[in-house]
Amino acid sequence: MATATSPAGGQILESAERLRRGLGISFRDQIVEAIYEDARAIATGAVRQARPAGPTWDAKLDRILTSRIWGIPIMLLGLAVVFWLTIVGANYPSQAIALVLFRIEGAAVALFDAIGAPWWLTGFLWHGVYRGLAWVISVMLPPMAIFFPLFTILENLGYLPRAAFNMDWLFKRVGAHGKQALTMSMGLGCNAAGVIACRVIDSPRERLIAVLTNNFVPCNGRFPTLILLGIVFIAAAFPPSLATFAAAGSVVAVVVVGVLITLVVSWILSRTALKGEASSFTLELPPYRRPNIGQILYTSLIDRTLFVLYRAVIMAAPAGGVIWLLSNVVVGGESLAGWVSGFLDPLGRSIGLDGVILLAYIIAIPANEIVVPTILMTYTGAGMMIEIDSLAELRALLVGEQGWTLLTAVCLMLFSLLHNPCSTTIWTIYKETGSAKWTTIGALMPLATAFIVCFAVAQGVRLLL
Amino acid sequence: MTTKRPRSIRRRPLPVVEPGVPAPASLRRLGIDTTDWDYLVALAGNPNTGKSTVFNALTGLKQHVGNWPGKTVARAEGGFEYQASKYKLVDLPGTYSLLSASTDEEIARDFILFGRPDCTIIVVDATVLERNLNLTLQILEITDRAVLCLNLMDEARRRGFKINHKRLQRDLGIPVVPTVARTAHGMPELIEAVAGVAGSAIETQPLRISASGQAARALEELAAAIEAAYPGLPNARWVAMRLLEGDKRVERAVASGEFIEFVEARERQPAGTRAAE
Repeated sequence: MATATSPAGGQILESAERLRRGLGISFRDQIVEAIYEDARAIATGAVRQARPAGPTWDAKLDRILTSRIWGIPIMLLGLAVVFWLTIVGANYPSQAIALVLFRIEGAAVALFDAIGAPWWLTGFLWHGVYRGLAWVISVMLPPMAIFFPLFTILENLGYLPRAAFNMDWLFKRVGAHGKQALTMSMGLGCNAAGVIACRVIDSPRERLIAVLTNNFVPCNGRFPTLILLGIVFIAAAFPPSLATFAAAGSVVAVVVVGVLITLVVSWILSRTALKGEASSFTLELPPYRRPNIGQILYTSLIDRTLFVLYRAVIMAAPAGGVIWLLSNVVVGGESLAGWVSGFLDPLGRSIGLDGVILLAYIIAIPANEIVVPTILMTYTGAGMMIEIDSLAELRALLVGEQGWTLLTAVCLMLFSLLHNPCSTTIWTIYKETGSAKWTTIGALMPLATAFIVCFAVAQGVRLLL
Repeated sequence: MTTKRPRSIRRRPLPVVEPGVPAPASLRRLGIDTTDWDYLVALAGNPNTGKSTVFNALTGLKQHVGNWPGKTVARAEGGFEYQASKYKLVDLPGTYSLLSASTDEEIARDFILFGRPDCTIIVVDATVLERNLNLTLQILEITDRAVLCLNLMDEARRRGFKINHKRLQRDLGIPVVPTVARTAHGMPELIEAVAGVAGSAIETQPLRISASGQAARALEELAAAIEAAYPGLPNARWVAMRLLEGDKRVERAVASGEFIEFVEARERQPAGTRAAE
């Protein structure tokens, strides 16, 4: 593109400059006024209200859903119902899928043994790559197939802008943009999508705040981890009749903590590196619309569920192989996994976790989905061929053999909520901000937050007990 | 500011499109195939008016449709074929105006301005027509090749609105098609109107914003100068408006001669004979 000014263009710019000086600053207002005036005149001419407009049912519903008192409690309740349905509905299919997939593993291993395949090939392929895949599919597929359609129904009904409306004042208080609630809702599905959604925020300062803090809403890759921990540890602390409610409640609590951390971090950012006032904006509450079932199933199952699952599977297969190698390559009487996790262990213990969990988080940087499978495979990987196809066995392994406590579970839930974004999200932050500096901050600030919060919780609880 | 009715906007009558025309048998949805298109069509409109639903109805794609403003933040592209011509359809982010500098408004505006669509479908929510017309009027300043898709007519009827779309068409000077995109109602008529505008069978005479007083005089003077420099530029008035507001992007475009290229390209390749780049 030519950078030199063309002669005709230069002349035009000069006349524009001259005319502008004569106009003052009210020109824009005059144009905007003229537009409004014309729009009003045309609309008045073309539209006739046949019936007098009384308060419609949607107006009445809006008054409840966006009420100062009921708005936020209804929102939390709705979230709890979605998680409860997910937990209750996913339990049985998850176990059934796990049972089938692990039977296949057993049969395949027997077959490989029978034809005399070398032990390392059997181990790498079946106890490594295949087991990683089986875990991801059985743990993730059922909850996603329930959660995504429910979430899409809420979205199509038109609830999301109402949620944003309810939270607007909170964001304004901390100097961020009210539309951040919308970008956070998208983050519930996938943080990379949430980061892209931040484009709806006009001001660069507020958009950057929304981008940097989007990671504090747990994405769908992390929900299975949270739900699993909620079921195995939190629900176990309650009587059986309340167990599923407690599990759903704990996941809601994690989301609430995520929102609070988002607000705190936004507040700190808008008072330090990204100083400024919150800008006001108009948010249109769209009419409630009847969701289109076909569209919902397509969007939630094909676009979202299969997309996320595909990504997880792509990541899980190599990760399974890597874990098997780490667990089985022995150097100086100790496996590589043992060395690394041993090295990380003191750090892990100080924040309520252990070395294996931190190792799993390093391996899972490409995809958060594979954290739990990675932890379990590292615990069981070196020779111990136990098959974990029920939650009771899972509990026995974690509590009985690895010494996990309720505190471990709570710290892991918090760490999972707050730690660094996955590599896809980091890459998306880079593409959206175009800045290596902000991308680095977007990756490391959450990690630091995770360490600080988990450290405080772990040390605080240990002091009290 | 005066409150007089906009100057007379009586135009050469446009062929009124009546709903209920049988579905055009020659529509072929091409999905993501946008190669070798003959016409470029943009989808613009306020957030949450159903642009993505119209997009899906025309292309057969399954672009994610959400019910919240700002869902489409990037542009989506798809194609369809109608009466042996191929159309490339671009779904733009929904915006309330084209006057501010946010990313989504810039994407929408730059595409209509520099992407040179052969037709822009302006999707409006019939239940809040007045609010949506603000954007419509701004788009009509930039391009004269536009069709108004009066969407969500079922919703409007439910709320007791009667909309005289023939009068709207006369006032705006572009074809107006009432639709219910969710049930594909009115899509055949929309395609026909788009084909008419893109192929120049329908000549539009869009309403221009009626400024008054000192602002109007400055505007006319500058617009005349721009038109003298670049005869054939369809949006001289809009460029003048932006320059008077001090829009840096448009200033750059004028300075660098981007507008000359624009006019030359138009003259070199009349709409409809363009091959894919």
